[in-house]
Amino acid sequence: MKSILFSFLMVCAFASSAQSDKYVAAMHKNLALFDSAKTTADYQTMANSFERIGEAEKTQWLPYYYAGLALATAGWNDPNVDKDANSTKINTLCDKAAALDNNSEIYALRNMSATQQMMVDPQTRWQTYGVQAAKALDEGLKLNPDNPRLYYLRGESIFNTPVAFGGGKDKAKPVFEKALALFKTDKPKPLYPNWGLERTEEQLAKCQ
Amino acid sequence: MFLQNNYGLVMKRVIIPGFMFFISILSGYAQTLISGRVKDLKNKPIPGASISVKNSFDGATSDSSGNYSFSSADTGLQTLTVSSIGYRPIEITLQITGNTIHMDMQLKEEPNELKAVTISAGSFSAGDKTRGAVMSSLDIATTAGSNADITAALKTLPGAQQVGEQEGLFVRGGTGSETKQFIDGSLVNNPYYTSVPDIATRGRFSPFLFKGTVFSTGGYSALYGQALSSVVLLESIDLPEQSEIDASISPIVLGVGTQQLARNKKFSWGISYSYVNVAVYFGLVSQKPDYFRLPAFHNADANFRIKTKNGGMIKYYTTFAYNDLGLRTPDIDSSYLKNAFNLANHNWYNNLSWRENLNNGWKMMLGASFSTNLDKIQQQTQNANNEPHQFPDSIYWMKPKNFILSNKQNLAQGKAVFEKRISGLSALRFGGELWHFYNPLTYNDTLKILRDNLISGFAETDIYLTNDLAAKLGVRYEYSSLLKQSDFAPRVSLAYKTGKDAQISAAYGIFYQKPDNQQLFYTTDLGFSRSIQYILNYQKMNKDRIFRVEAYYKLYKDLVKTVPISYNYFGYNNSGSGYAKGIEVFWRDKKTFKDFDYWISYTYLNTKRDFMNYPSQITPDYAATNTASIVMKRFVTEWKAGFNLTYTYATGRPYYNFMINSTGKYYTADEGHTKDYQNLSFSCEYIPSLGKVKPKTFVVLFASMSNVLGYNPIYGYHYSFDGSVKQPVTPPASRFYFIGCFLSWGVDRTQDAINNNL
Repeated sequence: MKSILFSFLMVCAFASSAQSDKYVAAMHKNLALFDSAKTTADYQTMANSFERIGEAEKTQWLPYYYAGLALATAGWNDPNVDKDANSTKINTLCDKAAALDNNSEIYALRNMSATQQMMVDPQTRWQTYGVQAAKALDEGLKLNPDNPRLYYLRGESIFNTPVAFGGGKDKAKPVFEKALALFKTDKPKPLYPNWGLERTEEQLAKCQ
Repeated sequence: MFLQNNYGLVMKRVIIPGFMFFISILSGYAQTLISGRVKDLKNKPIPGASISVKNSFDGATSDSSGNYSFSSADTGLQTLTVSSIGYRPIEITLQITGNTIHMDMQLKEEPNELKAVTISAGSFSAGDKTRGAVMSSLDIATTAGSNADITAALKTLPGAQQVGEQEGLFVRGGTGSETKQFIDGSLVNNPYYTSVPDIATRGRFSPFLFKGTVFSTGGYSALYGQALSSVVLLESIDLPEQSEIDASISPIVLGVGTQQLARNKKFSWGISYSYVNVAVYFGLVSQKPDYFRLPAFHNADANFRIKTKNGGMIKYYTTFAYNDLGLRTPDIDSSYLKNAFNLANHNWYNNLSWRENLNNGWKMMLGASFSTNLDKIQQQTQNANNEPHQFPDSIYWMKPKNFILSNKQNLAQGKAVFEKRISGLSALRFGGELWHFYNPLTYNDTLKILRDNLISGFAETDIYLTNDLAAKLGVRYEYSSLLKQSDFAPRVSLAYKTGKDAQISAAYGIFYQKPDNQQLFYTTDLGFSRSIQYILNYQKMNKDRIFRVEAYYKLYKDLVKTVPISYNYFGYNNSGSGYAKGIEVFWRDKKTFKDFDYWISYTYLNTKRDFMNYPSQITPDYAATNTASIVMKRFVTEWKAGFNLTYTYATGRPYYNFMINSTGKYYTADEGHTKDYQNLSFSCEYIPSLGKVKPKTFVVLFASMSNVLGYNPIYGYHYSFDGSVKQPVTPPASRFYFIGCFLSWGVDRTQDAINNNL
């Protein structure tokens, strides 16, 4: 009896750890694709895989987050992506992730989504999407004032705003520096977002 | 317990990888290959679609030909979900047994307002958030030659004539009174400052009051009526961006105002006042007429706006204006007499609207408006010493030149529109409106009163068969208590998307308008005039470039004809008719030249009509065969300054002198064509505080000049009573100059969003 119970417990323990290991393995496999993905189709495939993981797991926010991040990356790289449709999808993924764990990383993604929509036609769209993008950063920093990615994104926004409108590299520099300092102390948990350091260093070099 | 935990850990670290391997070999036998193709309803492949077995990691993404394939370890009854951006997701239940499954799927496009076709036939929209807008609100203000007058800016679009001697939009062979303006759905009875002979007056409303403008050159919706040719639909702004105080300083106008937004951003109110006095300006720039009372205008307005719980808006706007002026012009029938014209005008306009989202996809739009306009006009024939000159009865043709007129026009109206989203983007709209006109007029000592209750009912449906094919079907019923007549006007339009950014649309409709009060004072035994319109439009539009071409054919029926009874008394009937046909082209390009934005409009118009005192169907005197405009804008960010040029060219217009022959009928005693019209206008704005972070004072300096080339336009000719003398109709001054400084305190709107990013 004892041995049966033991075996049963063992199987249970095994099943649950197998489940989570399956999740971890699937996540690692997909995350590795961020390095090799090139085309919009690659990112779309990744996004779909992450979303499947999210839908199957039901309690993990990271798969939704990475699905959104893959789409946002495709949006940046490919001018032919329909930004409004793409951002609508990213926002849906953000909502699903936030329903599980509303954290500052999701606001970073919301910022990227709104910024992409603004870039379609900045002159007329900053009033709506520009404001949304800025609000997302504010909200994110409220939840975690030490998130380096939020500072990096703020730096990008200033960097890409014309000097005449209060942007430019001089104003972006201190923000990138702040981001860099935070990246140095940032210790993300396994599978948690850890991107942004390289790009911050690149941008900071441009500000010198 | 310890052992168990420890064992588990060992299991995880060491045994599991081996075990996993074992499982995957095992399950290899149970893997089911699922493949197929994802297509849309037109059988075009959908790439990037996600296919997955519900509650599992198994799935795939379709490739560029829509093909997908994957293996699943699950067996039994499973649900397959298929989704793709822009399409409605589907779920398919299937039995997975281990045998290879081939499964093709079809996805239906998600209704998408941003992607769906819009009906563009006959309609130009301007606005910041309006989809398919050809210009933004700011474009209206920064179009050279417009001087922030909505009508002047709309005249740079195809369809409108360059009529300079009277106000109004003359569209596709129609007169100025055949274009009606609506604010938030309610008719504006007196959209312009009261007419002065041979001078076009400005519109009463600033373009900055509106977030969207639709200029319909024909084929407009059944929600609007009583405009034979065209409607201008103005949608007022909702809540302002923030609280501020504004001032404007110029040699012509002084103004001050404030806009206050509640902290919860649900309520705002505002007031403003401006005073226009041209004394200094007329001292510097000489005018042809002899102004014995210099034009002066007082304008005051106030508003409040409330955002409701369900995202609706309640808006109230009121404006009060008073102006007076007096001018003398030489009399055409004598070499020594002058006509002294004196006008005082009071205008009070009120508009209350309520837009609300109700439950179950219902929307409600209610509007109420009241306006009263009083014109006191006196005209006197004066001698060289500016003393009144009376005529004996024998010189009867001079007698009408002396008169005193008091004309009061009241309009009270209510409108209700209900809208129900049926499915997707399809919607049904219906409602009704009541216009109550009250118009007492005293001419010398004779009082006449016109009262009319115009009741309308309308229904309209937008049907989206797909995102690519849409139809709008509408009907409108109207009844005038004054004419004791009703009309029934069907309207149909269709739009079909022919490719990315490109679409064709077509419209057909019948439009009615009651005769002007000027004629109804003589006789109310008149009916509605009617126009029947056919429009075909092609449009290709993205954010950088817009190309539009439109062709139309329009028939006019039952136009009002004048029947002379005596030299000063007329009868009217509905025996007039006419037609208009033409082609119009619009091209706007913001991309080809860096930081340079321009648009070109071309209007070809072929129209003839028999109306008023015209002896037969002839080209009306306000219609030019060819009209073209080019509008150019360049903003130099480094200089914080923008430069705008507008050039307009129109071929000559016909002019006529109609006289009455011995049988009491009109005939053409003289006719001709004016020389071609052209005008080059320039304006520039300088924004020194641009780019400053949270400036305390936001400053805009603006300067403009019309008719830079000093061309002398002739709009037509006036004839003496006997037809022996003709005088050209020309503008009161060859050029118009404006300089002004606009200040605002509060956080600048344009900086707001950008500063938040810092």
